[in-house]
Amino acid sequence: MLQARHKTGLVFFPAFDWAISPTHPEREERLLYTQDQVFEEGLFDIEGIQEFKPELVEELDVKRVHFCVPSVGRVMTESHFISAGGAKTIARAVMEKKVERGFALVRPPGHHAMRVVHGARGFCNVNIEAIMIEYLRKAYGIDKVAIVDTDCHHGDGTQDIYWHDPDTLFISMHQDGRTLYPGSGFVQEMGGPTAVGTTLNIPLPPQTSEEGFLYAIENVVLPVLQDFKPDIIINSAGQDNHFTDPITNMNFSAQGYAQLTSLLKPDIAVLEGGYSIEGALPYVNVGIILAMAGLDYTYVKEPNYDPESIRQTAQVTRRIESVCDQVMDVWKHRESLRKKAMTGKDLENRTRHIFYDTDQIVENQFETLRVCPDCSGVLKIDSSSDRGREIMAVHIPRKACPRCVELGYQWYETAKKGRYGQVFLQDRPRDLYLES
Amino acid sequence: MIIGLDVGGTYADAVLLGPEGLINFVKVSTDPSDLFTTVLTGLEKVTQGIDPLQIQRLVLSTTLSTNAIVQKQMPPVGMIVSGGPGVDARLYRTNDHYCVVGGSIDHRGREIEPVNAGEIRKIAETFKKEGLARVGVVGKFSVRNPSHELKIAEILGDRFEKVFLGHRVSGNLNFPRRIATAFLNAAVYPIHKNFFEAVKKSLEKKGLNVPIHILKADGGTMRFDSSMDFPGQTILSGPAASVMGAIAFASPETESLVLDIGGTTTDMAVLLNQVPLLNPLGITLDCHKTLIRSLETHSIGLGGDSAVRVKDGRIVIGPDRMGPAMAYGGSTPTPTDALFVLGKTSNGDREKAVQGIESVAGALGMDPEQAACRIFDAACTQILSEAREMIRRINSKPVYTVRELWEGTCVKPTEMLILGGPAQYFAEHFREISDYQVRVVPHWGVANAVGAALARTTCEVALLVDTEQGIATAPEEGISERVGRNFSRDDALQKAFELLRKKALEKGADPEELEMEVIEDLQFNMVQGFYTTGKNIRVKVQVQPGLIRGFSQGVQHAASQA
Ligand SMILES: [Zn+2]
Ligand SMILES: [Zn+2]
Repeated sequence: MLQARHKTGLVFFPAFDWAISPTHPEREERLLYTQDQVFEEGLFDIEGIQEFKPELVEELDVKRVHFCVPSVGRVMTESHFISAGGAKTIARAVMEKKVERGFALVRPPGHHAMRVVHGARGFCNVNIEAIMIEYLRKAYGIDKVAIVDTDCHHGDGTQDIYWHDPDTLFISMHQDGRTLYPGSGFVQEMGGPTAVGTTLNIPLPPQTSEEGFLYAIENVVLPVLQDFKPDIIINSAGQDNHFTDPITNMNFSAQGYAQLTSLLKPDIAVLEGGYSIEGALPYVNVGIILAMAGLDYTYVKEPNYDPESIRQTAQVTRRIESVCDQVMDVWKHRESLRKKAMTGKDLENRTRHIFYDTDQIVENQFETLRVCPDCSGVLKIDSSSDRGREIMAVHIPRKACPRCVELGYQWYETAKKGRYGQVFLQDRPRDLYLES
Repeated sequence: MIIGLDVGGTYADAVLLGPEGLINFVKVSTDPSDLFTTVLTGLEKVTQGIDPLQIQRLVLSTTLSTNAIVQKQMPPVGMIVSGGPGVDARLYRTNDHYCVVGGSIDHRGREIEPVNAGEIRKIAETFKKEGLARVGVVGKFSVRNPSHELKIAEILGDRFEKVFLGHRVSGNLNFPRRIATAFLNAAVYPIHKNFFEAVKKSLEKKGLNVPIHILKADGGTMRFDSSMDFPGQTILSGPAASVMGAIAFASPETESLVLDIGGTTTDMAVLLNQVPLLNPLGITLDCHKTLIRSLETHSIGLGGDSAVRVKDGRIVIGPDRMGPAMAYGGSTPTPTDALFVLGKTSNGDREKAVQGIESVAGALGMDPEQAACRIFDAACTQILSEAREMIRRINSKPVYTVRELWEGTCVKPTEMLILGGPAQYFAEHFREISDYQVRVVPHWGVANAVGAALARTTCEVALLVDTEQGIATAPEEGISERVGRNFSRDDALQKAFELLRKKALEKGADPEELEMEVIEDLQFNMVQGFYTTGKNIRVKVQVQPGLIRGFSQGVQHAASQA
């Protein structure tokens, strides 16, 4: 009888009655063939693999992470409450040691959702990994978290949420932003002044295949994780690097994903993208589940898998080696880079224009961070969209110093008297969320 | 008049029912080494003085197949399994003669690699040389496209007595379970066939020329001849018989918990509006996880004869049975002995029972009466907590649509129906310590046989339509047809109901008793690029388990008069 070497929990929620639109890649059918393959392989019967029913996430869990405009209820559909809840369920099962590792095979995904949410971007409304992580911090006292995003698209939403957080290491490996949505995720993007180096981007050239991905894992991700020593490792497990994916240009495989999972050993994996619903997802997911459980995945292969025909060129290999060197350079010099970024600054401003491709919304942000010598600094965001009123959002970070807490409340009170349609405050130290 | 006969581990119970209710019932000892005689004796006794021509049907439930599997006394079987990519099919080995062969089908039912006819021929020769008469053939995704299993069967030809094909034993996905199911069917086939043919023959000799039905684990029946194609479905019909027996006494519009408190175990099941809850996957027996449809039952090692011990100052009951209660000559105190001490039972050796309970009382530092109270209370409390746990498990079964998850339908039984020897004493105590409406099932001693007698024919049909490929398949029915691009969900449901009706009648259902319902109804747009290229429609319909109308009313009525 088959027995998992690592007790593995799964939340499987294919949302068979939810779609962005009938022919959208994020539609009812997306996990249908994955379900068929997982059921037919009998994976839920394996000793040591356990399926959990997802819970519904609570508004409070969402408010720890997001400023939802105009409200949590208006930006989330019923399905989002379940996919975020599914990630939370699996995380709890891991923390309570019901299982050693967990995989939330849920949809809709979340890694393009940023801290301020006016609608859906990149098929995402709320960031399900971030909601899960902040719940873990609150409920189980987890401190240092590493997120490794292996989706083909840059995880710009997760990057935005943790841009100023030195306790969350965010590593994204993805197809080069010059060739794919959302067009970001370059090596130079390495975090805000108080968190330089805990955001790392590994842009990979189109046509990267198994050896390229595994090279980046072995030569960047694993050494960095070893230095950072996270309490927990999260994998944003997008599956759109597959050679059959219709919206990307990479050459990864089910075998490659399984090997990547074996090397990374994530405590929790959360499904992100992946739109080759027949040719890739059924095989990739079986590979990932077997790898997480420590079972043999040698025979997991797509029907049309031919490693020779998708092998990357020598030019691609050289490009990847060079990118990996640059990223390791950032990581090695993060302390001095951080010092330099903070020196002589009291406030740091950023202006950004954010496009919500899914909902066709344009947002303008003006962000101000207090570059604090004692904590990661209080943050305020002035945001307006072409859909509605201007809002002000204040974020007091989890380990804020008294001065930053005080300034956060000052900003909040001042904004309330100002021109804003809505004013929000996240008081993370007290787990308090205000709005007016 | 109809007859129900249920052979259990210790007793075989037989009942004769008429429209007015229970006419006669008998209990005979089971001879595990000769179930045939047991069955015939039971039938003979229950029909004594009855004109055979008055008997309309006979339903049998036996432990025959279950015993063969549990005692690992199954004749050898040849298994031919084709896995293809994925988990290595060699890991699912069921028996010695287990061959993994080439050929594979993908999740949409498309052929990836063809069957290698030469390879199959060679295996057939080997099997033949080894003297194997029954063969199981199972392919991964054969329920999506049975052509490989059919091709292999064709190559095997008529060299073997019987070939069981995976797609015919269940329409559900789960390759390892399909392997186990085909294997068990092939393995118990000769045992089942020889036994029931012998029973049929001797009944005919006695002039009892009635349709014979066999009870299945899902609480439904099938005709004698169709049981030859699915002998595995008779496994674990015993627990189902008791649950069906309780149904006649369950309140409508209520969720009920059925407790069958036996000597060694207590078996639990749940009824929703008089319909028993089915297990979503299938029976697990011994080391075999199968796709054999069954009722959702939960068995715990706590019964009237469970061993009572004191550990760290606390009473522990079961999960083992060391023998009968001390009042009946055993050597370990049991909950039954506690009932003797409390004066609730008296037809045994009270002195012995008191002795047993005294040893427990000594260890607890209390008097025997007090100890007996505590034992009885502990038994009831444990049963209640296990029941809660079973209901929690039922309610935490994953669902895959947003609608189901938000609606969060939740099973919460309010009624408790008890069967078994000490039923009335347990009932009294459950009334005190729980909120259930507690009732003892009348004639609980033969409720299992009543359940068998009254059970209706059940069956299920799964239909999958892929309009992109233009195919509709109902694997278990052996149907794979071309359909047009406009084939709709309504067409699919209509087709499925037609097939179900046909199947139910073939399996022996009364055309007046076909309560058909939809149990799965999903439709997906299939999209290539940004264009809809077809629909993937999945429907499943069933005749749900229940009681045949005419006779069950008599039983209910008679009970309410009593
Ligand atoms: Zn993606
Ligand atoms: Zn500060």
